[in-house]
Amino acid sequence: MVLLQRPHILLLLIDTHQFLQCWIAFGSANEEGQQQEEFSEELLVKPLPDHKLLAHFHFQSSAPPSTSNGCHHHLFPKAISQLVQKFRVKEMELSFTQGRWNYESWGGFDPISSSNAKPPGVELWAVFDVPQHHIDASWKNLTHTLSGLFCASINFLESTATYSTPEWSFPPASGNVRYGTFPCEAVCTENLTPWLRLLPCRDKAGIALLLDRPSLYRGFYHSQRLHLTSTESSSEGIDSGIILEQTLTVVLQPNSERAIEVHASEKHVQPSWSLSSIFGKQVSGRCVLAKSSSVYLLLDWGLVAELKFPNKENGKSAANGLTSENFWSNPSFELSVNPDRIFLEESSSHSKSLSILYMFQVEKYSESEPFDIGLMWKVPVAWLCQQTPLHASRFFMGSGNERGAIAISLKSTQFTEGFMSANSKDGSCELRVDVFQVVPWYVKVYFHSLRVFVDQQPRAVSDFIEKIHVSPSKDKMSPGVMEVVLKLPCRVNTAALTIEFDKGFLRIDEYPPDANQGFDIPSAIISFPNFHASMVFLEDDSLNRSPLLSKFQEKCPVMSYTEVLLVPLTTPDFSMPYNVSTIKCTVFALYFGSLLNVLQRRVAEEERFLKAKAAKKTGRLPLLLSKLSAKLRGRRREPLHSPPSSSSFINSKLVLKVILVAGLAVGWQYFFS
Amino acid sequence: MEKVKKKIGSFSFWNWVTASIIFRLILIYFPKNLNLSSRPEVSTPLTSFRRLAEGYWLKQSFMSPYAGSMYHGSPLLLSLLGPLTINRIEGQPNHLLYSLVSVIADVVSAMLIRATGQNLRLAYLRSLESLDLVKQIEVSGDIAALIYLCNPFTIVACVGLSTSPIENMAVILCLYGACSRLIPLAAFGWVIATHLSLYPAILIIPVIFLLGCGPDSPPRKLFLQRHQQKEVLNQSKLPPRFSWGPVIHFAFWAFLWSVYVLVLCGISLKQFGGLWEMFKSTYGFILTVEDLSPNIGVLWYFFAEVFEFFRNFFLIVFHVNILFMILPLAIRLRHRPCYLAFVYVAICSMLKSYPSVGDSALYLGLLGWFVNELADMQFSLFLFCGYVGVSLLSPVMHNLWIWRGTGNANFYFATAMVYACLQIVLVVEGVSAMLNHDRKLRNLITGKPQDAKS
Repeated sequence: MVLLQRPHILLLLIDTHQFLQCWIAFGSANEEGQQQEEFSEELLVKPLPDHKLLAHFHFQSSAPPSTSNGCHHHLFPKAISQLVQKFRVKEMELSFTQGRWNYESWGGFDPISSSNAKPPGVELWAVFDVPQHHIDASWKNLTHTLSGLFCASINFLESTATYSTPEWSFPPASGNVRYGTFPCEAVCTENLTPWLRLLPCRDKAGIALLLDRPSLYRGFYHSQRLHLTSTESSSEGIDSGIILEQTLTVVLQPNSERAIEVHASEKHVQPSWSLSSIFGKQVSGRCVLAKSSSVYLLLDWGLVAELKFPNKENGKSAANGLTSENFWSNPSFELSVNPDRIFLEESSSHSKSLSILYMFQVEKYSESEPFDIGLMWKVPVAWLCQQTPLHASRFFMGSGNERGAIAISLKSTQFTEGFMSANSKDGSCELRVDVFQVVPWYVKVYFHSLRVFVDQQPRAVSDFIEKIHVSPSKDKMSPGVMEVVLKLPCRVNTAALTIEFDKGFLRIDEYPPDANQGFDIPSAIISFPNFHASMVFLEDDSLNRSPLLSKFQEKCPVMSYTEVLLVPLTTPDFSMPYNVSTIKCTVFALYFGSLLNVLQRRVAEEERFLKAKAAKKTGRLPLLLSKLSAKLRGRRREPLHSPPSSSSFINSKLVLKVILVAGLAVGWQYFFS
Repeated sequence: MEKVKKKIGSFSFWNWVTASIIFRLILIYFPKNLNLSSRPEVSTPLTSFRRLAEGYWLKQSFMSPYAGSMYHGSPLLLSLLGPLTINRIEGQPNHLLYSLVSVIADVVSAMLIRATGQNLRLAYLRSLESLDLVKQIEVSGDIAALIYLCNPFTIVACVGLSTSPIENMAVILCLYGACSRLIPLAAFGWVIATHLSLYPAILIIPVIFLLGCGPDSPPRKLFLQRHQQKEVLNQSKLPPRFSWGPVIHFAFWAFLWSVYVLVLCGISLKQFGGLWEMFKSTYGFILTVEDLSPNIGVLWYFFAEVFEFFRNFFLIVFHVNILFMILPLAIRLRHRPCYLAFVYVAICSMLKSYPSVGDSALYLGLLGWFVNELADMQFSLFLFCGYVGVSLLSPVMHNLWIWRGTGNANFYFATAMVYACLQIVLVVEGVSAMLNHDRKLRNLITGKPQDAKS
């Protein structure tokens, strides 16, 4: 038996060996020919002014264009590449968010907030590389695929009533973009787990190890985002390269015990924190598949200005890493780990101060010596994050369930004041604001009722609205989309847009299970195309390798999302369908019956007259028949032979009827076949 | 003596007309407090002023007025009345011009009703004379015009900036034209009324009868019987036989006007979706009852509640209900085309998809023509009280449901059902009274003792 088995095993061994050789050869050929698939993991931590902490995880996988038919990937998630190829997605962004980004205290002008602050629920937009008439079908399939992939109700975005086609106000300005949001989606671990499955190391190693579910979902804001861009394939047969960027942004409250102890005495001291105290876990080395794995600590320029570093002036030389001690040994705070590198922001519009970025390489650490940074504050600091030029908020006006108005109000922030003073020399200073608002069809907006209030004064619409694009909502077909470009003077304090609407009434089966909770109106997007949030750090080789920092350098327009509004709609009585149908039909029957009755009623003497007339007119045969029937009724006991004439008459009539019915049936059959 | 009475009558008629106009003008100056234009009783999706303004805005911004599901009216209305939604006189309420147009439309309708009523009265007198019956009859034209002008429903529809005064005017124009044998005018009224709200299309049957054998008179058979009794057949005293000449004339004019209207619509919608889009979002919208916002009709709640599976079935049933009654009514009331028109208008305003009080105002006004014939109508006090009660209760229930959230939809629907029942009783009793009136005439002629029942 043993002898018999041995050749098989040998054969198997040879086979596997050959296969392995082939595989290695294939891999090496791939390596030689083109770029490798890459994965990098990064974490950025940033203290926020209101004693909170922002943690921003950034995972980036990229698959270069390849000739291998796209079936084989080393690191890149196969599901995503299949999706891109199947639906020809050029660019796509999907975000799951719980909580609301607090623009006032967490800032709105930095790259993190302008690209990672998302509206609550699910937001999805995609740009397709397919002909115009195929886009909707692609979108439909894409939503279903993503819905399955992320265990979310994205498939509700399939119906045309939920997504829209922004014309020009949405950043990736292109005709092929589709945009949909689903604000009432509850985001939880069931969405995070499939998201983590796209990472090569999942959450088993590397920075993703920190993603401890209880501490994540305890946060104030939590947004997981998936952004993919596919580069155009240059020639036929080569699959497009894909860059998949997965970010997770959380705002947490570091509640170290020390902070609680000193709370009474030193109220304004920022809470000290460490990664292990926030997430309850430590990073034990990098994910071995990752090309780079680093943790950053970002100190905002506002914070840096408060901290008063000793040699701020010659910061540029310091950034080279020569005198970096100055930056991390500061009287006001203390880092538990020495940073590997320090980056200074190159320059910025405000020029008061420069942001500082500390970089920690995770590669050096291992299971035995886990990585954990901590920040200990010594003195109280208070600073402000840089805010959007105008703070946007949105609210409802009016009461009752019949009509109302939506108001979008823009208030100047401390930024606008600075901006205004900087630009006050030239008188014609203008602030361009783009508003993109989608309203579901059951909020029937009257676009002619658009009003503009500047500094609380009603003004002519044409004075401030430079461009407006409207696509009105069709009942149950498409949502209403309003894109407005506002040109406001820089000195503006407040501006408001109001628009009136009627509330629609839905059919009984169109209401969600908790109908009295109300319906969500998706956030409006307020963007400032003249302002770009970017952080350019001093030129360095490593910059080219860090996707997060290169992302920071990209110029993305400043945008902010307004609140999601909850509009209560009137509900019918859900228990009434049968009652309503029966009552209504009874009334109709009453109408029909009584009117017919009135029309054909004959009064006594008319009746007699008609009878006499009928008797006069009728021939002999019916008379005979009536007599016969009377006889039949009278002598039911006796079986009577009916007279041949009348029987033949009955038969002929019967035959005629039968023929008529048969003819009808044949005609029917013929017509419908 | 009679002359004095007449003088007083006409004097008080003009007094009442002026008073009602002044009352309207006063109400127009307090529109903010009244907020009538957004009442569900006044403005339906078809007649709403705000939707008209929205359609005009869309058209001004180079979009099809039917782009959203906001505007469902005619494109002609948009071109004629649209500018009035924006044009404003400094220091005046911005809908002033539009309100003035509806006031004028109301007055014109009242005058046409009066003229038609006088026509009908003359015809009635003539027929009574030829039947050798003498009777004191009321001046029905003045009464009908006053009912139309002073009806709170009409006033509310006029001040509430709905388009129903104009739709009503088209219907009345059609009947007036047919009564006074102005065939092009009748055809024009019929085409415009059909174009504006579809349902007046069935008025073609009374109009054909009107043109074919003249205004209301007792059945032709009566005259024949009468003359048989007298043994002399005086042809001149007989009502004319049905003549096809004017009907063909009417058909020709109707065709001409409808082509004209369609061409105008086509021109105004040339750069947008064209006529097909117009038909889809006006007639299609009426027939499919897409908008389920509450109104005083009964279809909205039914289609909000009914299962989707049965929706098409019931749509067909309810619309066919209007059509089913056309033939029986036409057979029984063919000698009284104006009354037939009244019954059709009443049935339509009861069963239409988006009824408003403006429609009720129309048929209540037309009811005034038949004060002589319907003198014996039953339940008139009950009906009057019912109308008053419903028009008081319905806003209360609407307020409780929509604004306060303490009531529920069933309460409001209940008032709508009561309203529908009242209209049913009105139609049924009206038809019954008219038939009885004819019976009474016959009994008078044939000399038979009057039946207890009839």
